[in-house]
Amino acid sequence: MTPEDSKYAKSHEYAHLDGDIATIGITDYAQKELGDVVFVELPQVGSQLEQNEELGSIESVKAVSELFAPVTGEVTEINERLRDKPELVNSDPYGDGWMIKVRITDSSELDELMTPEEYDEYCEKESGH
Amino acid sequence: MAEHPPSDQPLKKTPLNDLEKHLGGKMVDFGGWELPVQFSGILDEHDAVRTKAGIFDVSHMGEIIVKGPAALPLLQKLTCNDVSKLSDGRAHYNGLLYPTGGFVDDIVIYRNSANDYFVVVNASNSDKDFEWIRDSAKEMDVEVANVSADYAQLAVQGPRAEALLQPMTSTDLSAIKYYRFAHGTVDHVMAIISRTGYTGEDGFELYVAPEHAPYLMEKLIHAGAKPCGLGARDTLRLEAKMALYGNDIDHTTTPIEADLEWIVKLDKGEFAGRDVLDREKAEGPRRKLVGFEMVDRGIARHGYPVVDGSTEIGVVTSGTHSPTLKKAIGLAYLPLDKASPGNEFAVLIRGKETRARVVPTPFYKRAK
Repeated sequence: MTPEDSKYAKSHEYAHLDGDIATIGITDYAQKELGDVVFVELPQVGSQLEQNEELGSIESVKAVSELFAPVTGEVTEINERLRDKPELVNSDPYGDGWMIKVRITDSSELDELMTPEEYDEYCEKESGH
Repeated sequence: MAEHPPSDQPLKKTPLNDLEKHLGGKMVDFGGWELPVQFSGILDEHDAVRTKAGIFDVSHMGEIIVKGPAALPLLQKLTCNDVSKLSDGRAHYNGLLYPTGGFVDDIVIYRNSANDYFVVVNASNSDKDFEWIRDSAKEMDVEVANVSADYAQLAVQGPRAEALLQPMTSTDLSAIKYYRFAHGTVDHVMAIISRTGYTGEDGFELYVAPEHAPYLMEKLIHAGAKPCGLGARDTLRLEAKMALYGNDIDHTTTPIEADLEWIVKLDKGEFAGRDVLDREKAEGPRRKLVGFEMVDRGIARHGYPVVDGSTEIGVVTSGTHSPTLKKAIGLAYLPLDKASPGNEFAVLIRGKETRARVVPTPFYKRAK
C-alpha cells in the first residue's frame, strides 16, 4: 500500500510533510526493484538541497542508483541507523527505512509531486503491466 | 533513483523462461537474453549456494563441437592451455586467444575422446567463437559445429549438490571428481553430468536437451535446490575470483595480465598469442588484475577509474558487496608496481576519491 499521507517523485522518492519538515525516503516499489540494499550514501546534516538535485546514492547488491531530492531545503537530520542496517530500506521503507529530514522553504513544490493514486498508476505503467 | 532504460531489441529466451516467470523470477536483459536476476533475493540465494544447494539456468551458454583427426591440433593452436593433457572424461578451463594474446573468449573444453571435444563458451561470444574456430580450421580435417541450440544447461551448486542429485541418477557421482564428467541420465533425462561450476562451491553442471530442461529443473527444485538468478551467480563467482568475460577479461587483456598464468602452457608448442605471453611472463605484464577490499565506505563497480592524483592509472572491472564476507570487494587492473597485497589505492566513486586495498585472492575458498 502506498501511504496516503505522502507525495511521490518520478524518481521514486517519497516526501512526507509534518509542519515544515519533510521526511524523505524511497518507495516500496523502488526497494523491490533494487533488491537487497547494502549501502546508503546520504548528505551531511546542514547541507542545502535543491529540488530534483542528486542528494546521495543507494547501493543494492546488484546496482547503484542515484537519489534525488523531491523538495528544496536544509537537511536537518539523517537516519543514522541506515549506516549499520541499510536493509531497513527493504523491510520498512516508509518507517524505519526513512533517509533524511529536510526543512522545506516552499511547500508549493509538493504540488509538483504525484499523489499516491497517480504514483501507483505511474508504477504500473513503468513495470509494463 | 534512476536506472538505465531497457533496449528495444527482442530478447532471446531459454527453454526455462516460462518456468522462471512462474517461479517469480525478476527478468532482465542480460546480453540480449531474458534471464532472471533473482527469485527470492540475491543474499538469500547466495547463502543457499554457500550452505545448501542452488540451481541456475545457464542455458544461454554456447556449445561447440570440434571433431575429427585435426581436432586436437586445431584446439592447441587456438588456445593457451595444453589440450593434449586432457584424457577422456576430463575437462579444463582455457583461453581462446587472438595472436595479440587477448581473449577471444574464456572457455571450458571437454574431451569425449582423442578426436572429439565439446567446447563450452560464453553466451554473448558463441557466434564469434564459432566463426573464429571454423575459419581457423580451413584446410584441416576437422568438423566444427555450433550446437548451442541443442543444449540447455542447469547448474546445481552447493555443498548439498551431490546428495541432492545422487538419488536421481544411476551414475556414481562420487566417482566424478572436480573437472571430470560422465554421460548418464538424471531422472530419465539424458545428460552430460559435469562436476564444474562458476560459484566456488562444489556442484554439477547438467547439459540436457532443451525440451527436457523445465521438467528437470522442477524436479531439482522439488529435491531441495533453491532457484537462483544472475545476481547471486555474480556475487558467488566474484568471491571465488572467477573472471567474467566482458568485465574482467576481453580482447584487450591477456591471461597473464588477468592473473590466469596457470592456464598458460608455453611449453606445449606454437599457439596464437604465444610470443606475447612469453614476453609478458619473462618481463612482467604492464598491469595485473588484483582483488581488493574497500577501506572507505562505498562499492567500486565495473568501469570506475583507479586514480593517482589526477592521473588515471587503472580501472575497476568488477565490484560488489560480498554477502559471505559482508564487505565491499572487487577486481581491478593496476600497474604491476602497485599490485601487491596491502597496497592502497584510490577509486573514483561518482567523482569522489575512495580508498581501497589490494588483498590476496580468492576472497572465498570453500573448506575441502
